[in-house]
Amino acid sequence: MTVLTYREAVRNALADELRSDPKVIFFGEDVAVAGGVFKVTPGLYEEFGGERVRDTPISEEAFVGMALGAAITGLRPIVELMFADFIPVAMDQIVNQIAKYRYMSGGQFVVPLTIRSAQGGGVGFGTQHSQTAENWLMNTPGLKVVVPGNPADAYGLLRGAIRENNPVVVLEHKGLYNMKGEVPDDLGPLPLGKARVVREGSDLTIVATQLVCQHSLKVAEELAAEGISVEIIDLRTMVPLDSETLLSSIAKTGRLVVVEEAPHASGWGGDIVSLAADQGIFYLDAPVKRVNMGNVMFAYSEPLEKLAIPSPERIKAAVREVLAT
Amino acid sequence: MIGIRIPEPTVEVKPLSEDIRRSMLYKMLQIRYTEEKLQELFLANAIRGTTHLCNGQEGVSTGVAAALRKGDTVTCTYRGHGHALAMGMPLKSLMAEMMGRVSGCCRGKGGSMHMTDASLGLLGANAIVGAQLPIAAGAALTAQIEKTGNIAVSFFGDAASNIGAFHETLNLASVWKLPVVFICENNRYGEYTPQHLTTPVEDLSIRAISYNMPGVTVDGQDSEVVFAEFSAAAARARAGEGPTFLEMKTYRYRGHSRTDTGPYRPAGELEAWMERDPIKILADKMIAAGQLDQVELEELTQSVQREILGAVEWAQREPYPDPEELTRDIFYEG
Repeated sequence: MTVLTYREAVRNALADELRSDPKVIFFGEDVAVAGGVFKVTPGLYEEFGGERVRDTPISEEAFVGMALGAAITGLRPIVELMFADFIPVAMDQIVNQIAKYRYMSGGQFVVPLTIRSAQGGGVGFGTQHSQTAENWLMNTPGLKVVVPGNPADAYGLLRGAIRENNPVVVLEHKGLYNMKGEVPDDLGPLPLGKARVVREGSDLTIVATQLVCQHSLKVAEELAAEGISVEIIDLRTMVPLDSETLLSSIAKTGRLVVVEEAPHASGWGGDIVSLAADQGIFYLDAPVKRVNMGNVMFAYSEPLEKLAIPSPERIKAAVREVLAT
Repeated sequence: MIGIRIPEPTVEVKPLSEDIRRSMLYKMLQIRYTEEKLQELFLANAIRGTTHLCNGQEGVSTGVAAALRKGDTVTCTYRGHGHALAMGMPLKSLMAEMMGRVSGCCRGKGGSMHMTDASLGLLGANAIVGAQLPIAAGAALTAQIEKTGNIAVSFFGDAASNIGAFHETLNLASVWKLPVVFICENNRYGEYTPQHLTTPVEDLSIRAISYNMPGVTVDGQDSEVVFAEFSAAAARARAGEGPTFLEMKTYRYRGHSRTDTGPYRPAGELEAWMERDPIKILADKMIAAGQLDQVELEELTQSVQREILGAVEWAQREPYPDPEELTRDIFYEG
């Protein structure tokens, strides 16, 4: 067992996959010589060389599309989109090309391609450098979407994504890069599509990811002192979604709060609520609650940003409200 | 009569062998009469959706395909029936795809705008203008890293030279010296709008200058000129000297898509271009060289038309995809 930061775990996953398969290549803006703007990728260029680890121009549409061309001709490209807010710049390639290439060709192509991107707020990057991207992507069949919430998952799920013979978007949370956690020394690629109960409880289920999952853990700990037992599910991958873990949790607790670092409208929390309503309605003892960003966006000023992201206080209030009904 | 400027070749254009000429002539006839048949089927509502025909532009796809090697790859546009047939897609495969049948090249899930056959190096026809350029550059990246000696080719229209993906891809391909050839089929119209209303330059090849790559304007109606200019670009790419931008001056006889008759075209323009018909240009050369006569050309045309009719009749009897196909291949399972 080694304690690593989330940042180091991502780097190790990239290095281990580049080492284990010569077909793996990695490119993006400032990822090679400079080692990445978040200092996630230092040393990869030095170890694997400029043929396999490349700096690109600031041309997201071109280099994401090139990753597709490389993937369908036999390589396993990983590309980095520095900020998840840049995903829309490459949206045509992601939505119209990468996601659809296998399907619309009648299964002629395998698309082993990984897009890594840093998302999420809480670090003062303002409106265009803080957004989360799951909701933009989940609406497109053909993409797998991964949201690692701790160093072990950042390592194992990224390796799992790179091994996938399908396009996977791995959304790292930039607010977690300094998070430390234990990573088993023998941890290999993890399968996608498995949620994890990160805290067991019996009174209420919280479903969350990444930064707001950490906030939820804090809330659960505080409520435990009052004798309230909260179970927390970290979804880990948004697509495929692990409905089984969710349903068995609400079967146990009978109460559900969904916490999203994202706007409300068309947010993934609605899918969770819909699943609960459709397949878990008889387990529920109270109305469900979503805690999210409402319909506001990220602002630069710290107090405003804190108001936008579901805070421990807002999560706690929602939990109390659901427990009171 | 509207005058057509014919670009001068920048390389020596030698007469191709009789075999290659014959093969190109056959392919051009196949493309021409397939497009005519498809138009007829569309107007009769025998095929659904839309279609974008390439009659008049056959010299480009045919001249390029004749100079490609096995292992080379191509991405192209939604005006892509010609590229598919030029690359060797069987007529039945194309017709069944047009009709949404499971025996089509994409199991009926692609349609007119997505003729694709990976086994022939046809990596996909694209319905988004310009999106196919980066994909070809990615295939070229594989060729470069794996040192296969293969090249990638991307066909696109004149209007695609105004979209970001074009500029981004030319820039990056040049920086990385990728073995890719960019082929602009300049048919003078971006959908319904003439080039001069949307584009401040006439010869699009000059856009290559800012990406430090050769840019050549080519007579796209003469398949032997296309073959020669493309071969030079392909040789550069294979030698590791990087990409080339070829602008093929050509013309589409039909409108942009299914129901467009092209009323925006000046009087006489279509007729002037039909004087420089790619099939006629090659056939005339073959007749002058004693390789073909009018009777043989007529027989060849009729045999191509019979073949097309046979493919249509065959495709119409093929089954539609099973309902399970709806969810198949969204992901690779395994």
